Amino acid sequence: MAGSDTATPSDRSIRGDKSVLQSDDLSRVLDRIAHQILEKTRGGNDVVLLGIPTRGEFLARRLAERIATFGSTGVGLGTLDITLYRDDLRSHAVRPLGHTVEPAGGIDGKLVILVDDVLFSGRTIRAALDALTDLGRPRAVQLAVLIDRGHRQLPIRADYVGKNLPTSATEQVLVSLTETDGADGVSIGPGTVAGGAR
Amino acid sequence: MKHLLSAADLTAETAGQLLDTAEQMDAIQAREVKKLPALRGRTVVNLFFEDSTRTRSSFEIAGKWLSADVINVSAKGSSVSKGESLRDTALTVAALGVDALVVRHNASGAVQRVADWVGCHVINAGDGTHEHPTQALLDAFTLRRHVGELAGRHVVIVGDLAHSRVARSNVLLLRTLGAEVTLVAPPTLMPAGVAGWNCQTSWDLDATLAGKVAGDVDAVMMLRVQRERMGGAGSGRAGEVGYFPTEREYALGYGLSPDRLALLPDRAPVLHPGPMNRGLEISSAAADGDRSVVLDQVRAGVAVRMAVLYHVVAGAPETAPAGLIEVSA
Repeated sequence: MAGSDTATPSDRSIRGDKSVLQSDDLSRVLDRIAHQILEKTRGGNDVVLLGIPTRGEFLARRLAERIATFGSTGVGLGTLDITLYRDDLRSHAVRPLGHTVEPAGGIDGKLVILVDDVLFSGRTIRAALDALTDLGRPRAVQLAVLIDRGHRQLPIRADYVGKNLPTSATEQVLVSLTETDGADGVSIGPGTVAGGAR
Repeated sequence: MKHLLSAADLTAETAGQLLDTAEQMDAIQAREVKKLPALRGRTVVNLFFEDSTRTRSSFEIAGKWLSADVINVSAKGSSVSKGESLRDTALTVAALGVDALVVRHNASGAVQRVADWVGCHVINAGDGTHEHPTQALLDAFTLRRHVGELAGRHVVIVGDLAHSRVARSNVLLLRTLGAEVTLVAPPTLMPAGVAGWNCQTSWDLDATLAGKVAGDVDAVMMLRVQRERMGGAGSGRAGEVGYFPTEREYALGYGLSPDRLALLPDRAPVLHPGPMNRGLEISSAAADGDRSVVLDQVRAGVAVRMAVLYHVVAGAPETAPAGLIEVSA
């Protein structure tokens, strides 16, 4: 959600100025995060991955596939739309809602790992934590992000980080995934007047 | 969207977004905690000058599930019964600092007038015999669930069309979404000017349901005979204005009997916006049968009204494009 919503796929190909991760880099990063999750959760028992639409949803799916391959057990998989929990609903035009899919076993007592593409201000994750409260009571909540670009506005940090990417606050981090944009990759684009990604 | 006053205001795109949002809102019914924070701190007033059960209560539930503060004001027991005018009542309630008014009134066009007077958002919950856009949306939502995308589908609407705001809103919205509509009613209950409604009409229910008038039927919507708008029973017996000779004759000609139900294709759902006059426009066999989706419509009402409140109230105020000056009365 954070970091990439303002760009359409066609924008990306034009503005993909400075490539940060290529397709195979991104694949290796996801391999590593999957291994880290298995290591830190001691085999992935009771783990539920909740992707935050749009791109977090597909990242969560890829991580779940990798964990199933590398580990001995599969993990729960769902999506968590946070639109209604945003703190800036009043200052923007109405946003369409994404979909929330609760994993089969629910989230009560589970170790929930939120998955998103870019960690920036931390506000998306704040909203996700609120949304989680309405879904149930997890045993613990962790956070996995593909890119941590800094500039946090809230006391939130990620447990699993694909790549730390120092940026200026006005730059835009563009994450592309095959499922949504036709190809995998991460690049930095020039800032927008509005101050880059939210 | 500043207001929702007429189904005609909705483009196919906007209506599609509302229905998609409603799909997401509907998922909340399965949750333990039925609360979303989108309208926290907002106040919604249900201003009802006419009786209502399902519309008012579903607007109330929709607002509360979205965390808005919802207040009900009904004409009975309010200053309206002391003779206050519509304008004064609307301005008074709006002056309390509300974000949205949900208005129902027995005069056609009254809700549009209220929207011209007040500065807050206004949602039409039914005005006279004119429009009831949220009903049309929940009918479209229910239809979409049962027959799939509406483009090219054929919906038959039967009953007291002359007094129906549901019929007008439904025709407008269904046509916008690409569906075909056939209206069936006795000549006395056809609305004036129906020729300009962009749909087919028929006086023969059996032939229409059998697909002989406008092709195979994908869904049928029965409308209530609105006796309260006919100045009596509707049957002209006790010296009242008559729209049909007897109730029995109406039921024979235009009621959805078990025999007529059998004319429909197996998959076609039966809709009714309620309240139902059992034995008049709809038989109990049709109302309680497998194909009846009447209760699905009620359930959809909450999700659709949540979607409408979200789209109308939640976002930033829309600014008028430069060069346009808002004219208010």
